[in-house]
Amino acid sequence: MKKILALSLGLAAFIGVALAGSLQAAELEITNVSYDPTRELYDSYNKAFQKYWKGAKGQEVTIVQSHGGSGKQARAVIEGNEADVVTLALAYDITEIEKAGLIKPGWQKEFPSNSSPYTSTIVFLVRKGNPKALKDWGDLAKDGVGIITPNPKTSGGARWNYLAALAWADKQYKGDQKAVKDFITKVFKNVLVLDTGARGSTNTFVQNGQGDVLLAWENEAYLAIKEKPGEYEIITPSLSILAEPPVAIVDEVVAKRGTQELATEYLKYLYSDDGQRIAGKNYYRPSNPEIAKEFANVFDLKVNLVNIDDPLFGGWDKVQAEHFNDGGVFDQIYTPPAK
Amino acid sequence: MSTGNDRPLRLLLIIISVLFILLMLVTPLVVILVEAFRSGLEAYTKAVTDPYALKALKLTGLATVAAVVLNTAFGLAAAWAITRFSFRGKGLLTTFIDIPFAVSPIIAGLVFILTFGRLSYLHPFLAAHELKVVFATPGIILATVFVTLPFVAREIIPVLEARGTDEEQAAALMGAGFLTIFRRITFPHIRWALLYSVILCAARAMGEFGAVSVVSGHLRGKTNTLPLHVEILYNEYQFTAAFAVSSVLVAAAIFILVARNIVEFTARKESDYVR
Repeated sequence: MKKILALSLGLAAFIGVALAGSLQAAELEITNVSYDPTRELYDSYNKAFQKYWKGAKGQEVTIVQSHGGSGKQARAVIEGNEADVVTLALAYDITEIEKAGLIKPGWQKEFPSNSSPYTSTIVFLVRKGNPKALKDWGDLAKDGVGIITPNPKTSGGARWNYLAALAWADKQYKGDQKAVKDFITKVFKNVLVLDTGARGSTNTFVQNGQGDVLLAWENEAYLAIKEKPGEYEIITPSLSILAEPPVAIVDEVVAKRGTQELATEYLKYLYSDDGQRIAGKNYYRPSNPEIAKEFANVFDLKVNLVNIDDPLFGGWDKVQAEHFNDGGVFDQIYTPPAK
Repeated sequence: MSTGNDRPLRLLLIIISVLFILLMLVTPLVVILVEAFRSGLEAYTKAVTDPYALKALKLTGLATVAAVVLNTAFGLAAAWAITRFSFRGKGLLTTFIDIPFAVSPIIAGLVFILTFGRLSYLHPFLAAHELKVVFATPGIILATVFVTLPFVAREIIPVLEARGTDEEQAAALMGAGFLTIFRRITFPHIRWALLYSVILCAARAMGEFGAVSVVSGHLRGKTNTLPLHVEILYNEYQFTAAFAVSSVLVAAAIFILVARNIVEFTARKESDYVR
């Protein structure tokens, strides 16, 4: 009995010490809440920024990273996950945080290029030799093609996938809305697994060997090829979408923590030549055209890309309300496969 | 029961059980160990001593200890109250203890977000006092305590019920106080059940994923528990490291199983507590 008492007192003391230990962390620190495929990008960027900051200000800075599906991450920030900066997959998710009052309106004009220091596009990742001969979006609607894409409800990349398919179909069927909808329905009938984030989908395709084609961020596709050389091929469709993953300072959090300057410099440095090259090396298209040219042998810089502000889409607010909100087009066309 | 021609049935049942265990439990464990050491001992050591892995280990340890301490205190109090006193709402309390077993951990996590998150009614109060619950260590602890809440109470109630209250009443008549009764009569009866439930509680707390995943926010080095760290490593193509860290959890689980068997064995020899 005495032993048990002593033991529990010891445990209580241990918890006390551990809690005290976690409270005293008052060092220079910012949190970057990001989306799924930027893990490797920010891993190398953070190291470069830490070095830069040490050189410029002589201070050590800690950067806490968090990754997940873009929509899910935005939700967590709204619910109180304290991010100094958010670097998400699409503007709509940051606008949601703005609507919740954490970010001031006009954030997308705060940094150059729509606050998107790097861009990407959507490509097909297929198995070596392209056994199902998938060349363009039209091939995805054929019977017997197994598609892997994340869920547009939770993932930013998935919304870009969906919109890229939509853009192609709109051009192909010359704006015939019924034909476009039929096409999209057929494509999503072929979807085998809907993961919550882009990286989950890549793992489903690459590690678990499911499906014939992965609809992926260009950077995610290149990374998969780098991980498993010789097993996959990238197919660039005839038309795709210009995906702009923007960055923003979370005003409410930096005001509370006093990290305004550090957070601003952290995002600004993404636009420096150094930051742009790190983006390029991680297969994101640098927004600075001069630096992008250095990666001309990696990216197909001439690919036909439509923009979210194209009249076809009319911006994220419209697209989100029309396609992805509850009861929208995506809910109408997608029924989970009966197993 | 043994009549001579039930041998084929017996054999069949044994084969099914053994094959099932081999397929469902042993093979995955072997795979984890093989994958963990695939790139050699050096890679293994590097993965399990990585600063993020150590921080995750520390957080998992903290959450486990907190869950065990809090749930032991609660479980003893609740079990004592339920078996020794009659009061209004006793049936309700007994049912409520089981809620964490019935509710999906994801729902549990969401409930904490809705209760303590930025959009909750409690948030202005929490913010004014600079308290952070969800997306911070307290949230991780809370979620872990929630999912392991029933273990101790559930294990002790039947033992106390089976014992009845005769001895305690006799002691009380002879003038013994509450603490003396608990220490000299009640505790010796429940100590094995208590130890057993603590072990189960610790095992469950260590492995908790769902509820913790929702309240964590996945802040690396801050709110990442060991199981969440495994997921991150897996998602970053660091498969060897993911399996190496998994093997730490497996080792802890095996340690707990062995401890459980020792407890059961000793308890059976030494007292009337039989499961």
